[in-house]
Amino acid sequence: MDSVKKSALAARRQFLLDAARMAGGVGVLGLGVGLYAKQAKALPAAAIRPPGAGTEQDFLGACIRCGMCVRDCPYNILFLAKPEQPIATGTPFFVARTGPCEMCEDIPCVKACPTGALDHKLTDINNSRMGLAVLVDKETCLNFLGLRCDVCYRVCPLIDKAITLELRHNERTGAHTIFEPVVHSDQCTGCGKCEAACVTEVAAIKVYPIKLAKGELSQHYRLGWEEKRKAGGSLVEPEVEHRYNLPEGMKYEHGKGLSAADTPSTGVDSLQATLPDPGKNAAPAGMPRNIPGGGLGNRMSDDAPR
Amino acid sequence: MNETLRIGQEAVEAKGWWLAHKWLVLRRLTQLGILAVFLAGPWLGIWIVKGNLNYSLTLDVLPLSDPFIMLQSLVTGHVPEKLGLIGVAIVVGFYLLVGGRAYCSWVCPVNLVTDAAAWLRERIGIKGGAHVSRSVRYWILALTLLLAGITGTLAWELVNPVSMLHRGLIFGIGTAWTVVLAVFLLDLFVMNRGWCGRLCPVGAFYGLIGKLSPVRVSAVKREACNDCMDCFAVCPEPLVIKAPLKDAGKGVGPVILASECTNCGRCIDVCSKDVFVFGSRFNNAASMAGVAQAISK
Repeated sequence: MDSVKKSALAARRQFLLDAARMAGGVGVLGLGVGLYAKQAKALPAAAIRPPGAGTEQDFLGACIRCGMCVRDCPYNILFLAKPEQPIATGTPFFVARTGPCEMCEDIPCVKACPTGALDHKLTDINNSRMGLAVLVDKETCLNFLGLRCDVCYRVCPLIDKAITLELRHNERTGAHTIFEPVVHSDQCTGCGKCEAACVTEVAAIKVYPIKLAKGELSQHYRLGWEEKRKAGGSLVEPEVEHRYNLPEGMKYEHGKGLSAADTPSTGVDSLQATLPDPGKNAAPAGMPRNIPGGGLGNRMSDDAPR
Repeated sequence: MNETLRIGQEAVEAKGWWLAHKWLVLRRLTQLGILAVFLAGPWLGIWIVKGNLNYSLTLDVLPLSDPFIMLQSLVTGHVPEKLGLIGVAIVVGFYLLVGGRAYCSWVCPVNLVTDAAAWLRERIGIKGGAHVSRSVRYWILALTLLLAGITGTLAWELVNPVSMLHRGLIFGIGTAWTVVLAVFLLDLFVMNRGWCGRLCPVGAFYGLIGKLSPVRVSAVKREACNDCMDCFAVCPEPLVIKAPLKDAGKGVGPVILASECTNCGRCIDVCSKDVFVFGSRFNNAASMAGVAQAISK
């Protein structure tokens, strides 16, 4: 009787040990895969999903990594991620700089998707939101440097909608206009044509996954002018008229500018005429020339005030 | 067991090389043939099949979906499109019929890797290794579904050697070959039949699909067994053979009913006494009379 009890106890101990071993091993495996899966959710900035893909979280649950979209893309821009790439293994993506989406009207990649990871409700490619173009580097954008490059604007499939050129004064030359390319998120599909076409060594305009590219106002924010338009009039009574602090005899109207100038001009030209002659008080060799208002050369010279 | 004879040697002598390798050859031809039609598109531009084992479309009409990955996707809360669902129905229906793990031995590309490891292991005489229960795969299967639910993503697909190898061959393998090599080395050095026989949740899932499948291997002439043990030595799931082959006296029928059986047919090949045949699960009478009846059918 005692030995039976003992063997039952031993069997129970063995069973518990085996179960613990199994749970331990499988648990460690699960933890590893789970943490890896968490890492894999972070889509790198250069990888853009095909049209119709939802948020990265939804996409990674819906996409079964079959590659049908890759096969049916007539321009062969899509790739399935390999394990060494920082994108969830086997999922499709394209790289805008080397192969942007050509925006097929029939969207064959979406039609090919057997799971709807690429949403079949997307029937107009112009409604796709693969990413969002961002002019990331104003320092190297040729248009910002004052040139009429305009390439991103010209290649945009939604020219004058997704990218517009906003005109402003070129402060550097004082005589020209800067045509600033501005992306509009309500129109941009994220096809990446602008990034692919950007002529600089490294693109100044880039397409990023929307999550990286787009900001969002706090929920409680209201745009006063929108509210005013919706209400059909000012919500603040009475509407205060803005008063401009102008020289005497001048008036200013929004959209028209200054008018009724009676006083003599004190424009830019007359200002430059009052500058000291750069010839006298010259800086030492290798130093910048005399700068109006006491430049570097002035301060470095011996008779400069200390 | 004659120590000087290799597995299946007796069968080759008794039946000739072809009959001692028939199912093996047919199986390799099937595996390689399936791989070939998948590769004909990207390699030769002949598009018979598009996609991979997770989902494919044959001749633009026949959708085939992997039910395991579709189930994981379902667990994350996503319902597939119509073609995806039709594909699941066709595949599940097919394996309900022919035995779920026929997928493992006749379709899965990793089988080529693990069979190679098993062959080499036997050839160079590696014995022993880590002991891992054959039921671990069911726990891993549960784990994959749990992970899908918790992470909301197809987490197992990040490490699944089955889809990695097949997708890799068709779409470019990258470093996925390291995962395949790891499986090979695991089976070769760490544990006998480690991946397919103990760990792989895909195999576990297909095994469950084939729980009641009618196509089964049956030890119809088990009284002719001469205890050479070749079937046990060659079988990737040797536990499934024992009762149907040896327990006639306990009233156990001759059909290998265990769903872990991959219907690979190697036991049929290597048996010099032709004990095993492919048959139906329903001819499973335990008595000698029943066996005789099964043979006569």
